[in-house]
Amino acid sequence: MTGLSVTLKKHWPGFTLDAAFDAEGGATVLFGPSGSGKTLIVKAVAGLGRPDNGRIVLGGRVLLDTATALNVPPEQRRVGVVFQEPRLFPHMTVERNLLYGWRLLKPAARPDTQEIITLLGIGHLLHRRPNRLSGGEKQRVAIGRALLAAPELLIMDEPLANLDAARKDGILPYLTRLKSEAKMPVLYVTHARAEAETLADRIVHISGGMITGVEHP
Amino acid sequence: MTVNSGNSCCQQVIRGVTIQNAQTSPDDVTLTEPEITALWLSLKVAGSAVAIALPLAVWCAWILSRKRFFGKWLVEGLIHLPLVLPPVVVGYLLLLTFGRNGWIGGFLRESFGITIAFTWIAAAIAAGVMGFPLMVRAIRLAFDGVDSGIENAARTLGASRRRVFFTIALPLAMPGVVAGTVLGFARALGEFGATIAFAANIPGETQTLPLAIYTALQTPDGDGIAFRLAVISAAVAFIAVALSEWLNARSRRQLSGRET
Repeated sequence: MTGLSVTLKKHWPGFTLDAAFDAEGGATVLFGPSGSGKTLIVKAVAGLGRPDNGRIVLGGRVLLDTATALNVPPEQRRVGVVFQEPRLFPHMTVERNLLYGWRLLKPAARPDTQEIITLLGIGHLLHRRPNRLSGGEKQRVAIGRALLAAPELLIMDEPLANLDAARKDGILPYLTRLKSEAKMPVLYVTHARAEAETLADRIVHISGGMITGVEHP
Repeated sequence: MTVNSGNSCCQQVIRGVTIQNAQTSPDDVTLTEPEITALWLSLKVAGSAVAIALPLAVWCAWILSRKRFFGKWLVEGLIHLPLVLPPVVVGYLLLLTFGRNGWIGGFLRESFGITIAFTWIAAAIAAGVMGFPLMVRAIRLAFDGVDSGIENAARTLGASRRRVFFTIALPLAMPGVVAGTVLGFARALGEFGATIAFAANIPGETQTLPLAIYTALQTPDGDGIAFRLAVISAAVAFIAVALSEWLNARSRRQLSGRET
């Protein structure tokens, strides 16, 4: 049982998020326009934001249940996140960035570093600082860093939104490979139709804080 | 503070020299015994003050930068109080608290037989309290400049709050911590008002450089001594600032370019 099950409610003045969806293995795309509540869902699943009401279960583990006041802290959720901005640690080399979460794992649980570095084509960047990388390279390192922490779910929150068209085209092949080789389910958040169609096993449509439909392309 | 008194002493000393104030000529570069005592005491007092105040200042700065809680304005006000109160008032309040009959001083005396007021420890406490708000301000600004999104990313990678603080927030705020430390040290080194009220002006025990300069100025023909002490103060302050610039450049090189 590797699925993700999400039920969330949160009220703000002028906006209500009321969403429920399930995601099995493979890539689930959360698809909707800006301001539809996608990022709020990401934060809640990663443990970085707290809904008024909700329940989140990942692979049989309850991560959040407001009914029983259970809220697992982000570092124990095993939910990897690739954010819109790379959020690399500027004071560490690429290598130390990549190994930040990896080093916190028990040796037996550590994924093969070489495999992931090769998959993302970042082997030649290991000794550079993040400020010496291009936008696309940064984002690939951020993906590698998340994967090397061996998450049970990988969230990608508009990972290409800050990149220009050429960089997007440069990184999409990596994402397609990642999708076929990743061992964990992927929740991919985007408002770009092309990305959604390239990557999705299933598309969850969201609009105005509500789930409006699920599509299997 | 020290630089100012150095300048004003300058003219007085030229007078002092012409009247042949013999014993401590400003031209003699070897330090006399009392000068070494005052210098060493100043370093001990300011060093201890900063050593004790720094961890507390980092903690306070972190809380003020990242947490919202009830009564935060009150905590901020209390921390900044030494910055706006006359130093003598701070010294007096310390004396009321740590004096023989104060609520902490009385407790220490009755339970452990320890007296703090009018010792070098009192001078260190006074210096630490006066420098504290400057340290908190500089370090807090540095923490404010650290993107909490980067810290969140570290949490999702499995790092606890504590680990994120020590591996991400603190290293990224290091230039501010260095700046705060030097500001606090310089302020502690120049402390006068709170010290004289709380620790008095006892040679060899609580008579730091500023107090020694003050005493020299009160003494007939003490201008030469005052000038020499002022030069020593200026030299120590200069070395502290130069050291901080060097540390700062080093830690900035290590961070070399933050993400935007």
